[in-house]
Amino acid sequence: MRFRAKIVDLACLNHFSRVVNTIARLAKTCTLRLTASKLYFILADKVANGGVSMWCELCQGNFFDEFQMEGVAAEHNEIYLELMPENLSRALKTAQSAKAVKIKLTNKHCPCLRVAVELPSLSSSSRIVTHDIPVGVIPRRLWNDFREPSVPDFDVSIYLPVLKTMKSVVERMKNLSNSIVIEANLSGEMNLKIETDLVSVTTHFKDLGNPPWASEDGSQSSSQGRDLESMAEARIDIKKLQQLLAGQQVNPTKALCNIVSKRIVHFILLHEDVSLQYFIPALA
Amino acid sequence: MPLSTQPPGSGEPYVLVACLDNARHLSSLLRAVHFQDHATCFATANGLKVTVEDAKCIQANAFIQAEIFQEFAVQEESVTFRINLSVLLDCLTIFGTSSLPGTSTALRMCYRGYGYPLMLFLEEGGVVTVCKINTQEPEELLDFDFCSTKVVNKIILQSEGLREAFAELDMTSEVLQITMSPDKPYFRLSTFGNAGSAHLDYPRDSDLIEAFHCNQTQTNRYKISLLKPSTKALALSCKVSIRTDAQGFLSLQYMIRNEDGQIC
Repeated sequence: MRFRAKIVDLACLNHFSRVVNTIARLAKTCTLRLTASKLYFILADKVANGGVSMWCELCQGNFFDEFQMEGVAAEHNEIYLELMPENLSRALKTAQSAKAVKIKLTNKHCPCLRVAVELPSLSSSSRIVTHDIPVGVIPRRLWNDFREPSVPDFDVSIYLPVLKTMKSVVERMKNLSNSIVIEANLSGEMNLKIETDLVSVTTHFKDLGNPPWASEDGSQSSSQGRDLESMAEARIDIKKLQQLLAGQQVNPTKALCNIVSKRIVHFILLHEDVSLQYFIPALA
Repeated sequence: MPLSTQPPGSGEPYVLVACLDNARHLSSLLRAVHFQDHATCFATANGLKVTVEDAKCIQANAFIQAEIFQEFAVQEESVTFRINLSVLLDCLTIFGTSSLPGTSTALRMCYRGYGYPLMLFLEEGGVVTVCKINTQEPEELLDFDFCSTKVVNKIILQSEGLREAFAELDMTSEVLQITMSPDKPYFRLSTFGNAGSAHLDYPRDSDLIEAFHCNQTQTNRYKISLLKPSTKALALSCKVSIRTDAQGFLSLQYMIRNEDGQIC
């Protein structure tokens, strides 16, 4: 198993740091999957996470100037590592004006991701700051736990409103209630609602648009033939929603959510070279 | 805003309707008195008064005149209710506290009377939020009976003069001692903390002092913890008046100029 990569371009480095910062806000521990062409940050839906799961995919070519990996075996040319994204985020913080960043998988005393940041210096020899981030190597027999989640059979799919507005509203609502109801219909309308003994607040978004989904096998998806005004709704943990929105440092190119009534809300946030999917289950 | 005053399908009118083009005019003022969770709202034809009290020792009143509102109608002589101020502030600032210049949150506040919740309709950029906040029985409020005619000493000064002083008050001191006098030291703030005592003197002819009417030398001590909440109001205001009566009662009045230049 080998892995070494290098980023030289400052814009790519900042972009990568932003992605890692977003992941760090969403998960304390997650799985990093490395393939020849892509990197994935994965959070599988265990009870410990509150049923939340995440799938973030990046094309390595868009970020790294050099990228070499050798997986556990020829037919399984992949590496699965367990790590704390906060550690990676902190290491990359020192790289804000770096000349280059090299990442390498090492196993001196225990498996680590060694992040070596080359900083500009006035003298001829450069300064290098090295961070060793402990990682756990996930054995092949457990790889099935981390398969890509399929898009659920949703009732309504709708584009999200301007994230800045949604973020402000959800942050205020978080002060008032532990859970939030998110409901939407196929007429581009979405409501965010909280209701407690003290107060009830509803925010109405209109004209959001519903993304077209081509069904893969030509069969009717459960959202077709649905009354356009009828709302699909789910009550979810407001903190999880707030974490997702707070972690977005840059406006995504496309942001949408799929609601399976009373079961789960599936968020998809697409940037030019990163896609993030986040699943929040409905509360009982 | 295409929202009618009458709730659809109900024959009962609202006893209080208030509209503001910029909800921040209300929320920033309420934040100045937000040192307890609950407040009593008192509306008359003159405007809206929001009172917050703590331990029957200190009372803060925010008064927003009817003229500040784009629409203000009170059906009865006076309308009173008690409400959770933290919740009210969260609702008024639902679209965030800082916004881009040129965008503001429009507010319509409606109250149907005793036993009904307070309804807030807020709109910004085409997004509408509707809030329903439960109201409570108004509580007996202290009437401090601070009469303007019985004022012994009065000083009006620009807030920036006091802001630094208040920010640097020695909080290990249990009291803040205020001396006001026609003779030296004129106006002195003193604290007695763990490190020693500190005195801050303001000269009578300082540029910051706009009016100085002291008839008697008075030195009074006040619990510093009761005065700390007033720093919020001080931060928002441009001028402050400090008045004491014969019993040493302290009245602090803050003049607040909102974004449109109106005075509250």
